[in-house]
Amino acid sequence: MSAIGSPVAPAVAREAATARPRWQIILIRPETVTLLLLIVATIVASRLSPFFADLGFILESSTYYIELAIVALMATLVIISGEIDLSPAAQMALSACLFGTAHRAGLPMWLAMGVSLLSGLAMGALNGLFVTVLRLPSIIVTIGTLIFYRGLAQVLAGDKSIGSFPSWFVGIDYRMVGIVPVPVLIFVVASVGLGLFLGVTVIGRQIYQIGTSEIAAVHAGIRVRRIKMGLFLASGLVSSLAGLMATSRLGSVRYDLASGGELTMVLIVMLGGTYIFGGRGSILGTFLAAWLLVIIATGMTVANIAINAQLTVMGLLLIASIIATNAIYARSQR
Amino acid sequence: MMRPIRRILQAREAGIIVMLVIFSLAVGAIAPRFLTAETLGIVLLAVPLIMVAAMGEMMVLVARHVDLSIGSILGFSAIAAGMIFRDHPELPLVVGCGVAMLLGGALGAFNGLIVTVFRLPSIIVTLGTLSLYRGLLFILSGARQIDPNDIPEPLIRMAQTSPIGIPWVVIIAFAVALATWLFLTHSQIGRQIYAIGSNPVAAPLRGIRVVPVTILVFTLSGALAGLAGIIYAARFGYVNPGITGVGFEFTVIAAVVIGGVSVNGGVGTVLGTVMGVLFLGAVQVALPILGVSGFWQNAIYGGIILIALIIDRTVRQGGLHGLLARGGA
Repeated sequence: MSAIGSPVAPAVAREAATARPRWQIILIRPETVTLLLLIVATIVASRLSPFFADLGFILESSTYYIELAIVALMATLVIISGEIDLSPAAQMALSACLFGTAHRAGLPMWLAMGVSLLSGLAMGALNGLFVTVLRLPSIIVTIGTLIFYRGLAQVLAGDKSIGSFPSWFVGIDYRMVGIVPVPVLIFVVASVGLGLFLGVTVIGRQIYQIGTSEIAAVHAGIRVRRIKMGLFLASGLVSSLAGLMATSRLGSVRYDLASGGELTMVLIVMLGGTYIFGGRGSILGTFLAAWLLVIIATGMTVANIAINAQLTVMGLLLIASIIATNAIYARSQR
Repeated sequence: MMRPIRRILQAREAGIIVMLVIFSLAVGAIAPRFLTAETLGIVLLAVPLIMVAAMGEMMVLVARHVDLSIGSILGFSAIAAGMIFRDHPELPLVVGCGVAMLLGGALGAFNGLIVTVFRLPSIIVTLGTLSLYRGLLFILSGARQIDPNDIPEPLIRMAQTSPIGIPWVVIIAFAVALATWLFLTHSQIGRQIYAIGSNPVAAPLRGIRVVPVTILVFTLSGALAGLAGIIYAARFGYVNPGITGVGFEFTVIAAVVIGGVSVNGGVGTVLGTVMGVLFLGAVQVALPILGVSGFWQNAIYGGIILIALIIDRTVRQGGLHGLLARGGA
């Protein structure tokens, strides 16, 4: 109470608490929960159907979700920084439609792909400008841009699909390295790269600090706005890359490419135990959660549950995972 | 003499009203038939669906939340009402409508409960329930559409006419807007919604029971989305589990944000929201008149939201007057 007069007093009064045992620290991490769920889901699924004992089958089915999983990796960084980006799925659609339109107009493939990636950067820059310069909440900004980007994709492509890409471009999900499809390989490499970036580099650690307390980060001399701008730019670039991968897998583009993808993306990030209010989370969690989602979704498909009915499970999972993550963090915070 | 003019310019709604007038005149200059009573009638018929749901979404935004699930709630309520109409044609119309609003209210209350009890951000919760409710409506309906001949005649007629010539759905929409205005400006709870949105920390200190009021706001939003479901059935004459209400939340949020409801909570009026809804309706009707493809509609909506956000940011104090004053300085 009288701590103001005697600066020594609190140091005496507050003895260091005994450290939690290491196993406890590891056990209450949300990533551990995700890993346990992943193991349980795999066991249950392989009991239900022998398909799931086959790694090749799982890898093959994962290609449907892997593009959004890659986008979710980037979204993890954005959410850790205390912002959110709901527009990646729409960015995928618009950049893919731009790619298709450029190709249809007779541009060489490399140029069309360049256009697509540049458009991703531009879309990310627009999001970033609204958030960092105009200081508007990213939630509502990216709802606005998600309608805008998806709408522009509709203007470009109408209700038709754009196709007839050269055969070397189509079918990325059938290209294998060993038994691993190329998209999965990209996902793994991106996970390792982003995981190292977030965990080891100075900027990576600063992202956590921004998410924990933006004001403290500003006072600590962290270039908050520059880093956030960088995150939105990277999110746009990654989304356009994912858009190209989806185009290659599908062999054609439509304006509704990856429609509803924002749910899948947010679900993966939340299942991975990233804290929605920022400052906590990991790429490892998102990586594990992507596989958890693949197992669950494929499991339901194998069990003959209609895609539309699967929405029920996805919605429940999202709500359950965010409640669980919040509870875990609320406990470990004190 | 100057004071009333300044007061009008200072109102947050000034921006949207000026935009609406300029837009109408511009379109009218290109295609004169836009500025006729007939077009006004088409616009008025286009907006009830958005208007009813926008009243709910506006209250949610004022309370500093957002409800992304209203499209799915609309679909769910419409399917449920449609199934009652189809399987029990002997029941009066009111039963189906009542069930739709009750179900909508229940789904909205579930949103509010999760958001308040677990203290979670409404955007993620309602993104989850958007998917949850859509999945449930597929299970409920068995993925079967409610066909036009299952929708009762009197309901369809409500979207076409009434004893005084104006279709019932238009009257209902404006009655809902009026009731919302009365509720928000003349009731204690209505004022408390603004208090919660302006300062969620201070509100409980002033004795406002934040949790029940927030749940009520989500419940009302859901119930109004349910009413919108009935209007959908009346206007389009069918309900499809995979189409009805998909993406509807974005149109409604566009209308509300354009209407000057602040995304930071605590600010927003019924008049502004009505103007925002009319503006979207005017755009929707103007596109074919101008010969612009309907594919432009969503891009334009999205663009208008972004412009509205910029205006909201630059004009946060002082309405249009503030912008003019700052521009002059």
